[in-house]
Amino acid sequence: MIQINKQANGLLSIYFTAGYPSIDSTLDIAEELEKAGADFLEIGFPYSDPVADGPTIQHSSEVALKNGMTLKVLFEQLKDLRKRVCIPVYLMGYVNPVIQFGVENFCKACKEVGVNGTIIPDLPMYEYEDLYQGIFEENQVSNVFLVTPQTSDSRIKKIDSLSTSFIYLLSSNATTGTQLNVEEQSEAYFNRVKEMDLNNPLVIGFGIHNKETFEKATKYANGAIVGTAFVKLLAEDDYLEKIPGFIKSIKG
Amino acid sequence: MSKYQVNSKGYYGPFGGAYIPEMLYPNVEELQNQYLEIIEDPTFKKEFESLLRDYVGRPSPLYPAQRLSEKYNAKIFLKREDLNHTGAHKINNTIGQILLAEKLGKKRIIAETGAGQHGVATATVCALKGLECVVYMGEIDIERQAPNVARMKMMGAKVVAATSGSKTLKDATNEALRDWINNPVDTHYIIGSVVGPHPYPDMVARFQSIISEETKKQLLEKTGKQNPDIVMACVGGGSNAAGMFYHFLNEEDIQLIAVEASGHGVDSGESAATTVLGHEGVLHGSRSILMQTEDGQVIEPYSISAGLDYPGIGPQHAWLFKSGRGTYVSATDDEAMQAGLLLTKLEGIIPAIESSHALAHLEKMKFKGNETVVICLSGRGDKDLDIYMKYFGF
Repeated sequence: MIQINKQANGLLSIYFTAGYPSIDSTLDIAEELEKAGADFLEIGFPYSDPVADGPTIQHSSEVALKNGMTLKVLFEQLKDLRKRVCIPVYLMGYVNPVIQFGVENFCKACKEVGVNGTIIPDLPMYEYEDLYQGIFEENQVSNVFLVTPQTSDSRIKKIDSLSTSFIYLLSSNATTGTQLNVEEQSEAYFNRVKEMDLNNPLVIGFGIHNKETFEKATKYANGAIVGTAFVKLLAEDDYLEKIPGFIKSIKG
Repeated sequence: MSKYQVNSKGYYGPFGGAYIPEMLYPNVEELQNQYLEIIEDPTFKKEFESLLRDYVGRPSPLYPAQRLSEKYNAKIFLKREDLNHTGAHKINNTIGQILLAEKLGKKRIIAETGAGQHGVATATVCALKGLECVVYMGEIDIERQAPNVARMKMMGAKVVAATSGSKTLKDATNEALRDWINNPVDTHYIIGSVVGPHPYPDMVARFQSIISEETKKQLLEKTGKQNPDIVMACVGGGSNAAGMFYHFLNEEDIQLIAVEASGHGVDSGESAATTVLGHEGVLHGSRSILMQTEDGQVIEPYSISAGLDYPGIGPQHAWLFKSGRGTYVSATDDEAMQAGLLLTKLEGIIPAIESSHALAHLEKMKFKGNETVVICLSGRGDKDLDIYMKYFGF
C-alpha cells in the first residue's frame, strides 16, 4: 500500500463526504480525483451532529444521511476501492458511528477494503491510547491526530509518538471552511511545528481553497488538504467532469 | 472518593470523559486543571454563597406539602427551586460559572438553550457582571418561546438562531460548541446541564449540589432527621436531579428516583425516555446513554416539556442507572400535565412541566404512610401557561 512519505512535498489531499451528492457517488469521485492528480484522499462518513464542521460540510453530511449513507453501506461500496484507486485513502468522521459499528469491526473493515487510516476528531489522544490503540495497530489502521495553533509542544511530541502516517495541522483554531489567513501568528506556528522535526509528515488543513493558499501551506508542510472548497464543487452539475480543472487550479 | 462521583480521569464508571476535537482541548484542559482549585477557594465560595443568598434568594424553602401528603399517604416535601430568581434551579449553575469565568479572565460568554430557561439564567448573570453574552437557541424554539427570547434581549444578550439539523436544543448545543472552537481564547461556554466533556458534568453538579445541601439541614430542622427515605427529580440532561441527589448518593438506603419524559409513550416514537430507548454512545463530548439509530446517528427526542427533550442524559446519571443506584422511570405528557394541575389545585403552586414529570410518578408509588419523600420542584410554571391553557382549555 502506498504511504505518505516524509520526503514528499506539495502533496494535495482532497476531502469529500461519502454519499454526497448521491448515495453511489463515492467511488466515482475517488477515481476521478486520483486520475486528476490528487495525492491522497479523505472520505468522510456522515454524522448527525458534526460539531467541528462549518455549514458546507454539515450540509453534505445531512444530505448523505438522507441518501442513506451509513458505515455499513460505505464499507460495502469500498469493497472495490483497491480495484479502482491506488493512492492512500483515509476515512474521516466522528466517533459515535464508529462505536456503534464496533471499533474492532470498524478497524477490520478498514483493513479488508484497504483503507490506510482514520481521522476521528472527537476521539482524543487519551481515550485512543487507553481504549483503542491496540485494536487499531492490530489491523494496521493508522489513526491521524489533529494539531491546532494552541496545541503545546509536549502534546505535539506525544501525538507524533502515537502517529504512524501523518499529522494533521489545522491552519487555525476553527471549524471547517474558515478561510486560511497566513499571518505572522500562523507562520510562527507552522515554523514552530516544522522545526520540531517530527517523525511523521505534516499536512495542513482547514481554509485551503485555491492555488495561493495551497502554496502557502505547502511551504511549511509536506502537503495540504482541501475540503470545503471541493464539497462546494460537488453541488454543481457535471461535477465529475469539473474535477480535473479543480485539481489543476490548485496544484497547477 | 465516592464511587458515584467522577474519578480523576473524568469518568463515572464507563461514562464521561472528554470526547472533544483538538480545537477544544486548550479550553477544556484549562477548566480541568483549574475548576476545583477555583471553586474550592474560600473567596470564591464566599462570593458564590452571598450571590445565592442576596441575589437568587436562597435558601429555597423546603415546603411540607400537607394536602399532597394526605392524597398520597406519605410525608412529601417540595424543594422550592421554583422560587429562585429567574424561576428555576438553572441560576445556581450560571452564578457559579460566571464567577469561574471571571477568575479565568474570560470576556465573552456563550450558552445553549432549549426552552430558554438556561439562556435567561445565563443572560441574567452576564448582565449582573457586565459581560458579553451570546445565546444559541434552535430556530424552532425561538418561535415557540418568544417571552424568554425577549427576556434575554432585554438583558443585553445576543440570541443566535441555530438553523442546522432539527433546529432545537441539540443543534443549539452544536452551534455553541462551534462558536467555542472558533473563539478559543477569551470565551467561556456556560453549559446548562450535567452534560458535555469533563469537567462540566462534575462542575455543574457541584454548583447544583446546594439543593441537597440545604435539604439536609432543612429536613433536620423540620423532622429531626436529615435523611429522607425517597428523593425524586425529573431528568432531561439531569442537572436538577444531580443537585438533588448529590449529598444523598452515598446513603445507599435512600431511594433516588429520576423521572424521564416519555412524551406520547415510550413506544410511541415520540419520547425522550433515554434510559429505556437509548444505548451507550458519545454525544456533546461525553460517553453516556443516548437515543440513536443503529448507525449511531442521534435521534431527535420529543416531550411536551422543552426542558426534557434532550436525546441523552449526563454521564453520572448513566452510571447511577447502570449501577442500579438510581431508579429511572418515566412519565408521559398526559401524566405530567395532570400532575401539574393536581399540585396547582391542592397546594396553589403551578409547577414547570419539567417538574410535573417528577410529581407524576407519585401516582405509581405505594406508600405505607410514614415515608419521607423530597421532590425537587425545579421550576415554576409561568413559562408554561400557554401549554397548560391549550392542554386544559382554560
